[in-house]
Amino acid sequence: MLRTLAAAPLAAASRVVEAPFRWVQSAFGLSPMPWLFLAPNLLILGVFTFLPLVINFYYAFTGGAELYPSQRPYVGAENLATLFDCGNYFDPSSCRKDLFWRAMWNTAKFSVLQVTLMVGFSVVTALVLNRKMAGRGFWRGVFFYPVLLSPVVVALIWKWILQREGVLNAVMIASGGAPAEWLTSGGWAFWWVIFVSIWAHMGFYTLILLAGLQAIPRDLYEAAQMDHASPWRTFSRITLPLLLPNLLVVGVLALIRAVQIFDEVFVLTGGGPGSATTFVVQFIYQTGFMEQIRLYGMAAAGSLVLAVALILLTLIQLRVANTEKAEAETR
Amino acid sequence: MTAFLTRTRGRGRLDWTDWFTYLYLALGLFLMFGPVAWLVLSSFKTESAIAEFPPRLLPMGQKQVVVPGEDKPKPVFRVKLPDGSVKELAELRRIGLTSTMVDPAKPDDLVRVPIDARTPVREFKLATENYTDLAAKFDFGQYLWNSVFITIVATIITLLFNSMAAFALSKYRFGGRKVVFLLILSTLMVPPTIVLVPNFLVVSELGLLNSLWGVIWPAVATPTGVFLLRQYMLTLPDELLEAARLDHASEWRIYWRIVLPLTAPALAVLAIFSVMWRWNDFLWPLVVLTKSEKFTLQLALNAFQGDLVTQWNYLLAMTVITLLPVTVVFAFLQKFITQGIASAGVK
Repeated sequence: MLRTLAAAPLAAASRVVEAPFRWVQSAFGLSPMPWLFLAPNLLILGVFTFLPLVINFYYAFTGGAELYPSQRPYVGAENLATLFDCGNYFDPSSCRKDLFWRAMWNTAKFSVLQVTLMVGFSVVTALVLNRKMAGRGFWRGVFFYPVLLSPVVVALIWKWILQREGVLNAVMIASGGAPAEWLTSGGWAFWWVIFVSIWAHMGFYTLILLAGLQAIPRDLYEAAQMDHASPWRTFSRITLPLLLPNLLVVGVLALIRAVQIFDEVFVLTGGGPGSATTFVVQFIYQTGFMEQIRLYGMAAAGSLVLAVALILLTLIQLRVANTEKAEAETR
Repeated sequence: MTAFLTRTRGRGRLDWTDWFTYLYLALGLFLMFGPVAWLVLSSFKTESAIAEFPPRLLPMGQKQVVVPGEDKPKPVFRVKLPDGSVKELAELRRIGLTSTMVDPAKPDDLVRVPIDARTPVREFKLATENYTDLAAKFDFGQYLWNSVFITIVATIITLLFNSMAAFALSKYRFGGRKVVFLLILSTLMVPPTIVLVPNFLVVSELGLLNSLWGVIWPAVATPTGVFLLRQYMLTLPDELLEAARLDHASEWRIYWRIVLPLTAPALAVLAIFSVMWRWNDFLWPLVVLTKSEKFTLQLALNAFQGDLVTQWNYLLAMTVITLLPVTVVFAFLQKFITQGIASAGVK
């Protein structure tokens, strides 16, 4: 039905686009055709990715609060110098831009904890889902479903549960415990941010690990069963070593995403209480778009620092992927 | 029961790993679906039920009855009468600390009682007004339209542009093919967060601030899509194209009439991904769309939850509507999605 409904407008659209393509082909032959097909995609990438990458550098080395580059005075490395002006990098309050360093340390702490815990849970979940059981597809869906929810929806679901008069506090009181300010007391908020982000993203990594588990040859397990190997021994001697390459890839992938954490935290805690859950991307967003005086240069300098971190992580990822590939070829 | 649980394992005994598996799955079901279920249940609660603490599991509302001679239904209370008996009565009106009650069966018999002698009678009741009021109370239709417009238009353009690029990269041999492919793939490493500030400049220079197109255009040239479609098109035999060329078909025709229809499965996967990406987008729309009439559902949700007095009953209903399309897509296309992710490693 959909096909017949869409057929007429699609054909009309095709005829409109076909005209320039046909003209170029008849005038210049086959050789420019691939470039013509590539043009729209490359144009968009050029305007909205490569050009901004260049402009970002320019911003990072200019000052003032004007948006238009021609009105921005060149200040050299001043923005970066301000960001890095620190008595002691381990103590954000000794830094001129203390919020930046709080955000940096929060991001580092968050990334390590979140990725470690999430990969751990993903492995266990993948192992469980890989067992032969009734309703496998359903169970896979259960763990994957939150991945599809938008960050805003994820944040609101948990905000509703964790707020002062939320269901968690009701359960706490009913079970004889003490209610707590889960999102407005610094210690708790940070851990809940980790928990919620694991809840929302775990299914994705579980799925990749599950594919890795299914690639492990069955006969290895049959041999282990013949030898009456215990489940733990089977896991540590067969599953874990063969899953290791996937684990590394998943770990780095998760790390790249964790460093860029923003959306769900911004809605869940707004970066608070205080700056307890403020991360680097939020620092960039706040500096560039939320303050009265929009310090675009400072925000761009923050982006540069983030970019360097991401490039390093990506290089590691490529390295890991390459060794994995090389190993697979020699195997 | 044991036979059912172990039926695919081929042995009649549950060892500790089986127990662990089912315990883990049960816990997972509770943790993963529980919060969503709680959201949906809560979204059907009336404003007063929402404010209740501790909350009840099910949405309950005060029972109402029609009293003969009154045009509106009246709330029902359980009343302790002066003679010590307890009765369910409807409240006609309340003046100060006294309220006038009546038994719906005997509408002429008015009883005056102090208000602390009555407690509301509750019954299971879905507060559908949380949903039906949305359109009237907020610019909800506008937000929904903005989200739908961005999602559909961006997805169509994504499919077109990405498939054209993939066609060029898979079906032509030309100088620079490899470089272009790597260039496109390298943008995977440039997350939007890095180019937030300069992209804001580009979009405002193009006059696209507070325009839905300002969200659409920067998003359509997805490297993931080009990659996915190119890999698929590589599997199509080149002989098909050669035969068409012999018949003097133009290159556009070959792309449109031959390659595109054959790429349908990969296009479907990309369409699903694109719909989810655009529907869930947050940071970029947050920067580009600052006027409330241009808000997407995600932005509207964010704005309402930040209000000084959060109207949770409406906020929750709006959240449910926002997660509904993704949920429906998932329910029907779960296999597609999970296989697409497992094979391409993209989200």
